[in-house]
Amino acid sequence: MTTAPPALEMRGIRKAFPGVVALDGVDLTLQAGEVHMLLGENGAGKSTLMKILSGAYAKDAGEILIDGARVEIDGPRDALARGIRVIYQELNLVPQLSVAENIFLGALPPLAALPGVVDRRALRERTARLLADLGMTIDPRVRVDRLGLAQRQMVEIAKALAPAAEGAAPARVLVMDEPTSALTRREVEQLFALIARLAARGVAIVYITHRMDEVFRIGERVTVLRDGRLVASRPLGEVTIAELVRMMANRDLTEHFPKARAPRGAELLRLEHVSRAGVLSDISLSLHAGEVVGIAGLLGAGRTELARVIAGADRCDEGRMFVAGAAVRLRGPGDAIARGIGLLPEDRKAEGLVAGLTVARNIALPHGRRLSTWGFLRPRSESALARPIGDELRIKATPTQPVRLLSGGNQQKVVLGKWLAGDVRVFVFDEPTRGIDVGSKVEIYNLMNRLTAGGAGILMISSELPELLGMSDRIVVMCRGRIQAQLDAAEATEERVLGAALGIGAAPEAVERGAEG
Amino acid sequence: MNRARQFGTLIGLAVLCAVLWILTPYFLTVSNLLNVAEQTSINAIVAVGMTFVILSAGIDLSVGSIVAFSGVILGIALRAGQPIAAAIAAALAVGAMCGLGNGLLVTLGGLPPFIVTLGTMSIARGAALLVTEGRPISGFTASFRVLATGRAGFVPAPVIATAAVYLVAHVALTRTRFGRYVYAIGGNEEATRLSGVAVRFHKTMIYVVSGVMSAIAAVILTARLNSAQPIAGMMYELDAIAATVIGGTSLMGGEGTLGGTLVGALIMGVLRNGLNLLGVSSFLQQIVIGGVIVVAVLLDTVLKRKR
Repeated sequence: MTTAPPALEMRGIRKAFPGVVALDGVDLTLQAGEVHMLLGENGAGKSTLMKILSGAYAKDAGEILIDGARVEIDGPRDALARGIRVIYQELNLVPQLSVAENIFLGALPPLAALPGVVDRRALRERTARLLADLGMTIDPRVRVDRLGLAQRQMVEIAKALAPAAEGAAPARVLVMDEPTSALTRREVEQLFALIARLAARGVAIVYITHRMDEVFRIGERVTVLRDGRLVASRPLGEVTIAELVRMMANRDLTEHFPKARAPRGAELLRLEHVSRAGVLSDISLSLHAGEVVGIAGLLGAGRTELARVIAGADRCDEGRMFVAGAAVRLRGPGDAIARGIGLLPEDRKAEGLVAGLTVARNIALPHGRRLSTWGFLRPRSESALARPIGDELRIKATPTQPVRLLSGGNQQKVVLGKWLAGDVRVFVFDEPTRGIDVGSKVEIYNLMNRLTAGGAGILMISSELPELLGMSDRIVVMCRGRIQAQLDAAEATEERVLGAALGIGAAPEAVERGAEG
Repeated sequence: MNRARQFGTLIGLAVLCAVLWILTPYFLTVSNLLNVAEQTSINAIVAVGMTFVILSAGIDLSVGSIVAFSGVILGIALRAGQPIAAAIAAALAVGAMCGLGNGLLVTLGGLPPFIVTLGTMSIARGAALLVTEGRPISGFTASFRVLATGRAGFVPAPVIATAAVYLVAHVALTRTRFGRYVYAIGGNEEATRLSGVAVRFHKTMIYVVSGVMSAIAAVILTARLNSAQPIAGMMYELDAIAATVIGGTSLMGGEGTLGGTLVGALIMGVLRNGLNLLGVSSFLQQIVIGGVIVVAVLLDTVLKRKR
């Protein structure tokens, strides 16, 4: 145990947004060289805490100490100058520039003879030295858009650790927000090795994740937040997975996939030989009332494209579609909705929500016709529609809050709410639990059970095999725009689904990615 | 949040009025204030359409040219002896058609609104010049001019027209399905489309609204000047954009109010009037007004960043 003051100490941090207390008296203590796991459901306050650390937000109360000295962090530049580095989930690189240019973007070395012109050789050498020092094998001259995701992440880390702009302290604290969510297993190993090297040099690391295996694999201490409060901060040797999950959710998740089988009813949806140039070919499948049909496949297998065709967002070139036995031709999403098909899109921010509108207005958006007389919205009809939905889904927000202020899990519930408020029988869920905390996931699974019990059918696309196997009655496996296999829940195993998803002659890289899901 | 922003703009207007009152006592006389209101009415009405368009994350550069084109059509119809109502209907139809053209090119053509309305700006101006051979059409009957010169009590007709336009437009924006879709389209067009909203139709209608607003402004302008001029409405697009943006509507779409736009238009009007009263040269006036636009938006941005 060290006797030196902690590298970083945050005490009693408080931050409120209009209508929400995001953080209420949270502490976080980091020793130099420690890998500290930060856990919590979406909306627990992890991101807010890190944004205060990085200077993106100003705290309302509390204090921050670096090496035992009290500091006020005044904006992102100041945080950088104090040795704090944050790597966000969305990478912040300029794709058109080279690795070296990205890493030293704020401190490009000038030519001695011609200041203002970049000394390319010095830049390349500096970058090569830095990358070698970090044990990375990346060519400094290659453009970032030629790199894979994992390598980009490495570049981002190198950039964070580079002796950046003038006056910036070397990195003391490195924050990583779910860094492995897009990586294959081998890439994850590379990242972990790098984290270990950094920690050995005395960098304190805050690691945010939803993956329990990672927590125990690389973490030394863990801090759990819930609803903006500190639940516990403990050495990882003293806690179990079950305890951590309980701390995060405050409820025991005895069963991960609370699948309830509903009686199979009439056919709701049937596709016959549906094709769309370049993305889908000869897709035939059916969905019955009370059924969850899982759609498996690797990235680019055509799953999202299929979802969009069913929801009327894209047209199909060939093939026929039947809703409740009647042939339909969808000319747009409005047609699909009118026939009781609702889409929960993969990217909820870009496709599911209008961030500036309130919760009630988002939920009411597909139902404008029903809520209006002669084009006039009936007073309070939107909140009357939204309130019971909000209660049912336990959306932690009032109907009049803009959805922008909600956490990811709550935003996802709002998108779901749009379809629960209507007469939807066919639900198309595209990655319904991506980036969502354990508690919200279980709530969504339970909702799926309620929907199927009520006679609805669900098509669920997911990259998480356990979730697909746990929640589906049948699994359709797609590969390169085609249906490769259809499996009953009873006969489906991870190996069989994965095998079908890989099709024939798949690259070993793809095997790993699939297994990772 | 929105309300606080609107309040801020209102305070800006009040401060501006107070300063002008100190500098020139004549400013706060009833007759001068009515004068300001009347002068502001045209820009204020054009800015209503601009607010709809900008709320939907678009832009309409053609409003000034549509004012000119629908104005000269109005003038021609009146001079041809058409009844006033028919002449006004023709002007409104021209405005609506121009807006329809803009809307269809944006939605079906998939072109950026900036380019489409830049083209229409030139086409409508050219059409106005063509049908008039570049000459103004002047001399209308008193029963038409009453649209500008008439008073209800002491309130000039253009002010009443403006109030009516704002009332109707405000109700449309806040209480109707169409209004909700305007905000939704501007906030996230794809999410709105996936919610089953007929985005193309409503977007087209937004440009039609803008065209009709320009035509209404043209009617008042023509009555006021007792002349329909093909070179009328120059730079109106910039005044309307300025009023909208000073009023707090985001150029990114999805956020803003008509109340804000009205205050924005009044700030522009009061400023022009005050500078005239103070005898500031028209060259200097341009510089001051440009500065005010930039400072107003700068303040807004800085305050937003604080939150």
